[in-house]
Amino acid sequence: MPTLLDFRRRIRSVKNTQQITRAMKFVAAAMLRRAQERALAARPFAKELARVLRSTMSRISEPQHPLLAHRPEERILVIVMTGERGLAGAFNTNVLRKASDFFRANKNKKISVIPVGKKGRDSLKKAGFNVIAEYVNVLARVDFATAREISALVTDLYAEEKIDSVHLVFSEFKTVMSANLAAEKLLPVEAIRIEEESAAEQAASKVDYIYEQAAERLLDKLLPRYVETQMLRAMLESSAAEHGARMTAMESATKNAGEVIDALTLHMNKVRQAAITKEIIEIVSGASSTA
Amino acid sequence: MAAESIELVVVTPEKQLIRQRVTEVQLPGANGYLGILPGHAPLMTQLGVGELSFHDTSGKESEHLAIISGFAEVLPDRVTVLAETAEFAAEIDLARAEAAKARAEKHLVSGDTNNDWDRARVALQRALIRIQVARKYRGTSVNSR
Repeated sequence: MPTLLDFRRRIRSVKNTQQITRAMKFVAAAMLRRAQERALAARPFAKELARVLRSTMSRISEPQHPLLAHRPEERILVIVMTGERGLAGAFNTNVLRKASDFFRANKNKKISVIPVGKKGRDSLKKAGFNVIAEYVNVLARVDFATAREISALVTDLYAEEKIDSVHLVFSEFKTVMSANLAAEKLLPVEAIRIEEESAAEQAASKVDYIYEQAAERLLDKLLPRYVETQMLRAMLESSAAEHGARMTAMESATKNAGEVIDALTLHMNKVRQAAITKEIIEIVSGASSTA
Repeated sequence: MAAESIELVVVTPEKQLIRQRVTEVQLPGANGYLGILPGHAPLMTQLGVGELSFHDTSGKESEHLAIISGFAEVLPDRVTVLAETAEFAAEIDLARAEAAKARAEKHLVSGDTNNDWDRARVALQRALIRIQVARKYRGTSVNSR
């Protein structure tokens, strides 16, 4: 039977844990807000770039570019974006599960991976995948330079025909509670995503331009930029989703700790009462025996 | 004559810097500076390293930005600048730019003829434009370069 003191100790320790999880929740919330703002701030560029690229491509009768070249997908490169740290609920597990689903679907192809984030690196290395490069400690503070570095690496590999396609596996931030797991094709560049385009903008993209440089040369510059932007977007989304997942996980941990404390307090009071009752009985019976 | 003003949009991968009505824009095109007035014919160009300036609707010349490569799309009523890097003059860290300039110059003087040379040259160009824009805005004299 645990004594009163045991209960007090356990309650204190759970309380400490609760304080930590609560602090982590607030930190995650602040980080999430920042990540969300950055993801939002990056949107106009992605949108404008996609529009410019599309209108340029529509004006070249048969766009020829190494990054547009389709080859049978034999050697697939997968970029897996996980978190840097745990304690984010099922965030990392979900991403890795999505990745292994993808690997299973392409089991007879030659697969290599580039993990982004420590958790993915550890798990993919352990699983014995062919890791071409790894990027860790980059998602805490996402910056364009990193996105560009990764893009440069994969576009080079693709242009040199060492790989036949590049896919991205990452979490898309939906709401704080839920993230959407995405597996997207990064290379070859396919149909460019059009986001909420008005009729006026569509008309505008039909205009014929004066080109300061040859359209082909512009394409040459635009396509790598486009890949970089996609990469940056994935990184920002993934980091927002990670913070969101951590916030939710820490919130429920704080709530659970509260429930444990309540249950322990109830128990402790029962034990205390039992002890007092026992003492009274002892005193009463002792008094009656001497009387 | 089309509209009296055009919408100027300056975006970088990280954020949107400007979205406002202006009457005139100067752009650092890859083949030289371009002056854009309302009603310009549709045009698409690569950007070089240089300074972007514009006149806002009140007619006075407003802020200067240091632009480092990217693209610009000009439509009769709209100018979209997709810059790789764009900084307001006030935001430029002059000390850092000076340091970058010194570093690049050292590289160039050391005379390595490998591909580092090109990188150093670009870095020097970037540093110079940053310094130029920052100085102009702060009212210090600008060395003619």
